[in-house]
Amino acid sequence: MSALVILLVLPLLGALVAVALPLKAGRLAAFFALAGSTAAALWLTVQVAAQGVIRLELGGWPPPLGIALEVDGLAAAMICMAALVVLCVALVALPIMAPDKAGARAAFGFWPLMLMLWAALNSVFVSRDLFNLYVGLELLTLAAVALVAIGGKPAAITAAIRYLFFALAGSLLYLAGVVLIYAAHGTLDIDLLAQRVAAPTDPLALALMTAGLMAKTALFPFHVWLPPAHAGAPAPASAMLSALVPKASFVILLRLWFEAMPDLATETALLIIALLGTGAVFWGSLRALAQSRLKLIVAYSTVAQIGYLFVAFPLASQGSTGVPWDAGAWNGAVFLAISHGLAKSAMFLAVGQWMMVTSSDRLDDLRGMAQAMPMTAFAFALSAVTLTGLPPSGGFTGKYLVMTAAFASGQWGWALVMAAGGLLAVAYVYRPLALIFTPGDVARGILPSRAWQALPLLLAGASVLLGLASAPPFDLLAIGRPVAAQDGL
Amino acid sequence: MSALDFFALTGAALVGLGSYGLIAIRHLLRQIIAFNLIGSGLFLFFGAAAVRGGDSDPVPQALIITGIVVALSASALAVGLVVAQAEASGHAELPDGDKASDGPDDAENAT
Repeated sequence: MSALVILLVLPLLGALVAVALPLKAGRLAAFFALAGSTAAALWLTVQVAAQGVIRLELGGWPPPLGIALEVDGLAAAMICMAALVVLCVALVALPIMAPDKAGARAAFGFWPLMLMLWAALNSVFVSRDLFNLYVGLELLTLAAVALVAIGGKPAAITAAIRYLFFALAGSLLYLAGVVLIYAAHGTLDIDLLAQRVAAPTDPLALALMTAGLMAKTALFPFHVWLPPAHAGAPAPASAMLSALVPKASFVILLRLWFEAMPDLATETALLIIALLGTGAVFWGSLRALAQSRLKLIVAYSTVAQIGYLFVAFPLASQGSTGVPWDAGAWNGAVFLAISHGLAKSAMFLAVGQWMMVTSSDRLDDLRGMAQAMPMTAFAFALSAVTLTGLPPSGGFTGKYLVMTAAFASGQWGWALVMAAGGLLAVAYVYRPLALIFTPGDVARGILPSRAWQALPLLLAGASVLLGLASAPPFDLLAIGRPVAAQDGL
Repeated sequence: MSALDFFALTGAALVGLGSYGLIAIRHLLRQIIAFNLIGSGLFLFFGAAAVRGGDSDPVPQALIITGIVVALSASALAVGLVVAQAEASGHAELPDGDKASDGPDDAENAT
């Protein structure tokens, strides 16, 4: 329980101290907060795996008056993934966000914003109160938008404004839903809402909240803000924005549709969600094929990968009947989310390391990078394996689970979408991979150290390990899982 | 019509006004004001809609105050970004929507 409090408080405290102190001391403080919170995240995951769900009622007030925090398997898995990503991002960012490389303002602002973003993520993952989730989401959005604009280039500022406006519209839609729910039920606690007496405004409220969260998750067709924002931010920031930020609103969507109001998950509603996911898979992949800058390819790939998460919705929820493939599809979606987080952050960090050498992310300028920085190239290639869903990666396990559910339930169309998305992903990662592995001359004098190059490899390796050793995360996800049905098909 | 209905309807009208402004006006500062109008309308509606059985409920008041703080910080960040945008480009409007949102690589190629 104390690990949970540390995880929420320490990053925020670190952010405040990092703002107050001069650059070098502030950075040191940020790293202390980072180390402490990472340890807390790992300890919390171990605790959840050992003893099950951890619950904390703030100030000792039970809901509906107080706010409950709860770490179930889903929250623990997300917290653990986020901690690993943030830790690697911070270490990779150390030289990239140095004042002489990134400019004084970006070098100063990056560390507190990184910690704020992390604290907001953790609070969203564990919160059980819809309004508390709203506040967490807003903190997340403000930190994320600031990270996009931090470079200060005009294109990045435009991208940040567009991102902020999409996110604000999403927040207001979500807030409107929250207001309707409170007016009807007098509570915003997810567990109490699960036992509510249905009110006529509930479908509207859920629709408003879902639309708002989709805009924040960048689900097609609300994705237009994502590629310029993620491509315009400094690479370490992009890694967090792409890998972690969409997962927060995705987790809230999971909580709404599977925990708070599973009774409203009608076939039509789930069909619409999955069709939007299908649109995202195809449109994101096709746009990724057409780009000539590596950061944009990686960003559009995020649009496509987010689509998969939603394709699993109609497979995971069959109301209260509890068909046996429910749990498989739900696990599959979460596996895809986690492996995408690890692989995508590895990819953006790899691009950031190359840009340290070439100061460009145009595909033509990256020719021969595999010779110059082989470990980074290997990390990029391993992440590509996860994104395309090849065995034995975590992406494969996730896709396999969802596709098995699709065949078992007779909804094989969704399996075709997953397979087609995999093929398209192969196509859009082939171009950068081919160029990186062609021989070419890169200035070799200023190559960074091997240990630094190994950091993206660590993340990419973790995304593959998720598939190789899938039993422990599988057991973790089963703790407190809302989908009642048993595992295994 | 009771006072509560009046508050709720005013809130709804503010949301409508704000939505109109958001869609119809391209100046960024006015769009930020439109966002604030929608937010204020929602909070007003919240206050009125959450009164149940005649007693006033303290929870919405606490939530509304929190919400106002959140909206204020979002507006502050937005205004800061708009100022930066106006200094960089000379006017407080986003470049033409379709082009900028779907082909940022083209814009890069041109420079």
